Amino acid sequence: MSQAEIHQGPATAPLHRLAHSRAGDKGNRLNLSLFAYRPEAYSALVEQVTEARVQALLAHRGASRVRRYLMPNLAGMNFVIDDVLQGGVNGALNLDGHGKTLSFLLLGMSVTVDAGLLLGET
Amino acid sequence: MSFLLGSGAGFSGDRTDAAAPIVAELIRRGQPCALVFETLGERTLAAAHRAMRETPEAGFEPLLDELLAPVLRDCLRHGIAILGNFGAANPDGACEVVSRLARQAGRPDIRIGRVHGDDIRARLTDLDLTLWEAETQALPEADQLVSANVYLGAAPLVQALELGAEVVVTGRVADPSLFLAPLVHHFGWAWDDWDRLAAGIMAGHLGECGAQVSGGYFADPGFKEVEGLATLGYPIIEVEVDGRLVVTKPPGTGGCVTERTVKEQLLYEVHDPAAYLTPDVVVDLSGAQVRELGPDRVEVMGIRGKPAPPRLKTTVCYEGGWQGEAEISYAGPNALARARLAGQVLRERLAFRVPQELRKRLDIVGHASVFDDDDGTLQREPAAPDGDYRLRLAVEHPERVWVERATQELLALYCAGPAGGGGVRRQLQRRVCTASYLVKRTDVEAFATLVDSGSSDHVAS
Repeated sequence: MSQAEIHQGPATAPLHRLAHSRAGDKGNRLNLSLFAYRPEAYSALVEQVTEARVQALLAHRGASRVRRYLMPNLAGMNFVIDDVLQGGVNGALNLDGHGKTLSFLLLGMSVTVDAGLLLGET
Repeated sequence: MSFLLGSGAGFSGDRTDAAAPIVAELIRRGQPCALVFETLGERTLAAAHRAMRETPEAGFEPLLDELLAPVLRDCLRHGIAILGNFGAANPDGACEVVSRLARQAGRPDIRIGRVHGDDIRARLTDLDLTLWEAETQALPEADQLVSANVYLGAAPLVQALELGAEVVVTGRVADPSLFLAPLVHHFGWAWDDWDRLAAGIMAGHLGECGAQVSGGYFADPGFKEVEGLATLGYPIIEVEVDGRLVVTKPPGTGGCVTERTVKEQLLYEVHDPAAYLTPDVVVDLSGAQVRELGPDRVEVMGIRGKPAPPRLKTTVCYEGGWQGEAEISYAGPNALARARLAGQVLRERLAFRVPQELRKRLDIVGHASVFDDDDGTLQREPAAPDGDYRLRLAVEHPERVWVERATQELLALYCAGPAGGGGVRRQLQRRVCTASYLVKRTDVEAFATLVDSGSSDHVAS
C-alpha cells in the first residue's frame, strides 16, 4: 500500500474493518486474540484497543481483570479476561458457554483511524 | 527428513471423514509420521463422565468407530502410529473398540498402548492441591465429586511407542503432548531440551484443533475468504529435528493455510504468550514469527522453551444438578413486544411456581443472547419491533423436578401466553461442572501398558 492510500483522513469504524480475532476459553477465563489486517494499523490498535476499553466492553459480563499482551511480530495482541464466562462451558446458562462468539463483540468496538487502513466499504 | 504430524480430529464431534485425505497424503509422502485425534476438552470430559454414570460401558469418544474405521487398516499397513485421547473417561472401553476394529481390518494382533495415571480421583483428598491460577472455587465435597483427571505430558505416550504400540489410547493428556510424543520418540529429544520440546508442543498446539489452523473457524465473508469449507483439508505439521516447523495440508483439499489462519491458532487458548504452560515445557512464544513460504505452507519460528512446571493441572468434575432449556418463537409485526411480554409472564410465574434459589436466565434470540449477561442487560436496549425473535429460558437446580417445572411453564405459554407463539422445544440434562486445581508432578504416576488385543488384559510394561 502506498503512503498516499493510507493518508485519506480519519474515519470511525468497527474494529472488524481493521482486525481479526479468535476467542478461546479455559474455565471461567477467556482469551481474545486480535491481529491487524495491515501491519500499518497495528499502532492504532495498540493505542485504542486498551485493557480499560476491553474491560468496559465486558463489564456487564462481570469481567474482573483484563490483561493485554502485545505481540508486535504478529501485528497482534492477546487479551486475557477473567470471570467473564458466567461459570464457563460447564457452568454457564448462556447458550455460548465457551464465549466463542465474544471475538465478534470485540470486533464491534469502534476505532478511529485513517480511512485508508480500513477494509470493506465506507 | 522432517517428521509429519497429521491431525485427524480437533474436537469431539469433529468431521469423521477428515482423516482419510491426511492418511492418503502421509502414505504418498512416505516419511516418518503419526496421526493424532484430539477429541477431549473440558466440556467433553464432563460429558464423558456424565455418560459413564448412566451407562458404565460408555465414557469414551462416542464417534470413535466412525473416526478410526476409515483409516485404521491403512495406518496399520503403512506403519503410521495413531495417538488419541479418545479414551476420555474410559480408556479401557476405547481399547476394546480399537481391538474390534483391528480384527475387522484383519489385524487381530494389533499392538495397542494404553496410558495410565491421569485418573487420580481415588487419591484426590490425600494430595497436596492448589488452585489453578484462574480458579476461585474450593474443592467440592467428596460426595459431590465425579472425577479428577490430571493433564499428563508426553512421557507415557513415548513409553507406549517404545513398547511398539501402533495405536496409543489415552484419557486426559495435554492436547499438544499427543503430538509431542511421536516427535520425542522419533528424534530422541531429551526431556530437558526445552527449545525443541517447546517447538514440538507448538506443532501440537497448531494441529490439535484440526481445521482451525487450515481455514476452519476463520471465514468471514468479504473480509476473510475461505474456499472449500465443505471439503476442508486438516493440517499436517512438518517438524525438523532442530524444531523448525511448517504447517501445511493435503493437496486437493479445501480451506487454506495462511499467515492469518496460523496466527489465530497460535494464540488460541493461550494466556501469557511468554509462559504457555504445558506438562512438558513452559513455552515462550512472545517472539514467535509467522512466514508464508508458499501456497498453504506457513513456517513458525522463534519458539523458545523453559523448564516444565512443578505442578500439573487437574480437572475435577462434580455434581452440577440439572439444567433445562426451553424456547418459543414470536415473529412478524410487534414480535419483540410479544416476546418481551412472554418473558415478563414467565418471570411472574416462576416467582411463585419454583423455589427462588433456582438459577435462571432469559434471552431474546434475535435481539440479545450470547453477548448478554444472566440479568439481560443488553436485552433492555431497543430493537426492531417487527422481526423473528425467540424467547429462551435456561434454568439450573440440584433437583430435576424444579427444572422440569420451570421449562414446563415456558411450554404453557402456548395457550396462556401472548398471541402467535410457536415452535416450543424443551430439553433437560444432568449437569457435571468442572473446576481446575494443580497437583505436584511428583504425586502423579503416569505409565503405559500394551493391551492384549484378544482381551483387555494388560501386559505389564
